[in-house]
Amino acid sequence: MSDSVTPPLPRPTSLCETPLGQWHAAHGGRMVDFAGWNMPVQYASIVDEHLATRSSVGLFDVSHMGRLSVTGPGALDWLESMLTRKVAGIVPGQFRYTLVTADALAPVVILDDALVSRDTDAADGTPRMGLVVNAGNRERVVAWLRSRLPATGVDLVDHTLDTAMIAVQGPKGVDLVAGLSSGGDGARIRALGNYRGTTATVAGHAAAVSRTGYTGEDGVEVTVAAADAVAVWEAILAAAVPLGGRACGLGARDTLRLEAGMPLYGHELRADSDPFALGLGLAVNLEGRTFPGREALAMLKAGQPERVRIGLDLGSKRSAREGNPVLGGAGGEIGVVTSGSFAPTVGHAVAMALVAPAFASEGTVVEIAIRDARQQARVVGLPFHRRPPGGAKPPSAG
Amino acid sequence: MLKDVRFAKSHEWISPVAGGVATVGISAYAVEALTDLVFMQLPAVGRKVKAGESIGEIESVKAVSDLYAPVSGEIVEVNSTLPDHLETLGKDPFGAGWIVKIRPDDPAEIDALLDRGAYEALIGSQPH
Repeated sequence: MSDSVTPPLPRPTSLCETPLGQWHAAHGGRMVDFAGWNMPVQYASIVDEHLATRSSVGLFDVSHMGRLSVTGPGALDWLESMLTRKVAGIVPGQFRYTLVTADALAPVVILDDALVSRDTDAADGTPRMGLVVNAGNRERVVAWLRSRLPATGVDLVDHTLDTAMIAVQGPKGVDLVAGLSSGGDGARIRALGNYRGTTATVAGHAAAVSRTGYTGEDGVEVTVAAADAVAVWEAILAAAVPLGGRACGLGARDTLRLEAGMPLYGHELRADSDPFALGLGLAVNLEGRTFPGREALAMLKAGQPERVRIGLDLGSKRSAREGNPVLGGAGGEIGVVTSGSFAPTVGHAVAMALVAPAFASEGTVVEIAIRDARQQARVVGLPFHRRPPGGAKPPSAG
Repeated sequence: MLKDVRFAKSHEWISPVAGGVATVGISAYAVEALTDLVFMQLPAVGRKVKAGESIGEIESVKAVSDLYAPVSGEIVEVNSTLPDHLETLGKDPFGAGWIVKIRPDDPAEIDALLDRGAYEALIGSQPH
C-alpha cells in the first residue's frame, strides 16, 4: 500500500475554510487541501455520492469558487471589453460561460474559465454583474481585473469570503429547492431556463438561485450569506435525504464532470490551451469585439491545432490517470490523458485526452500507457453520459 | 488468529508461517481509507520478491496504490477470485479477502514487523 493511505502532512493554518467547513468535518467529511481550501473530498463513498446525484440529488459545497461582483454605470461595458464571451447583450438573470484572457499574443494566456452573469439592475438603473471563477485562479483573476479597472464607473468586489455557494444537482434538485421557497419564488425557480438565475428566499434566507452546475445534471446553485450557509445547507439536505439524496464531496464532483465531458481548468484547460481544439469555441466570440488576448485567439482559430480534446472509453476497471501517455498505431506517443477515472454511471473507466487530430475520429483505437501496463481504449464522442431528456431549455448562444 | 498477524507500515498484514507458507492481505484500516475499490492487479505465481517490492496494485476511484511484499520470498498462490469480488476486502479483510500466499526466505522477517498493538498505535495516531 502506498501514499494514498498515508495521511497528508499537517495542514498549514493558512488554509481557507468555507462557512460549511466545520459542518463537513463534523459529519464525516474527509477533508483535503483543494486549491488552498479545506474541502471534503468525500463523506463515505464517492461512487454512492455520484450515483445519488445522477438518480436523485446531491449537495455540493462550492463556496471555494470565487464570487465577484462588478457594479457601477460602466460595469457591463467594461466586462464586454475584458471577456472572450459577448457580455453586451446579456439580460438580467442570464449567465454565460466565458474565458478570462490576458494580453499575450503567443502563446495565449488563459487565466481562467468563468461564468459571467447579470443580476437585476441596481435601484439607480446601473447594471450589477457577477463572475464566478475557479478557486485556484481567484487571486490572480482578481488582480488582473483590478489592474484593468477604469478610474471611475466600475466597482469590483470579491464576495467569496462573505457568501457561500451550494450546488444542488440531480433530477430532483430544482423541485427540491423550489419547494423550500415560498410562493412565487418557488414557481420562478421551477421556470428558470438553463443558465438563468433569480433571487429567492430559500429556507427562509435570501438567496440567489441559478440553473447552473458542473455535473451534467439538471439542478441549481444557491448562493447565500456566509452566516446563513449552515441553516440553508441543513434545510436542503433534510429535504434531500428522504429522496435518496446526500451530501457529496469534490471526488464525486470530479467523476460527475468527467462523465459529462466538462473540461477542468488545470487539467484539460490550461493557460496556453487552444480553446477551439478543446471544443470550447462557443466560449470565444471574436466578431467585432476587442478584449485582451483577442489576436492570440484569432490566430488559434485560424490555425490547425496540434492536439484536440477527445473522449476515451477504456472498457476496463483499470483507470487511466492524468499524464498517462496515449500511444498510436506504431506505439509512438500521440497525446496525453488529461483526466481519467472509473466512471460510476458508465460502469467502467473513461478518460479525456489531448491527441493529434489524426487520431481523434470516433472509433479510433489507441493504447494508453498506465504505469507498466498498456490499456486499449476507443475514441468516443463526449459526453460519456448524457442525462435523459427533459428539464430546462438550453442556454442561448451569444 | 488476528492476534498472531504482523503488519507492515504500508498496511499489509502477514500471517504466521504454516507449512512453510504465510498469507498476506491488507488491513481493514487500509480498505476503509481507500474506499470505492474498483481494480486490483495480482502478481504472477512463482515470482520471487524482495521485502518492500511492489507485488501488485489496488485502485480506488480516486487513486492507485501499490501492494508491497511485507517479506522476501516466493509468491506461491494468489486469490484469483478477489479482483472480481473486491467487496470481499471490505467484508473480511483478514480472512476471505487474503491477497497472496508467500513462502518467506526467512520467517524471522515476519517477527520483525509490527505486532497488532504497534500497528494500532501507528494507525491510531493518524487522522481519518
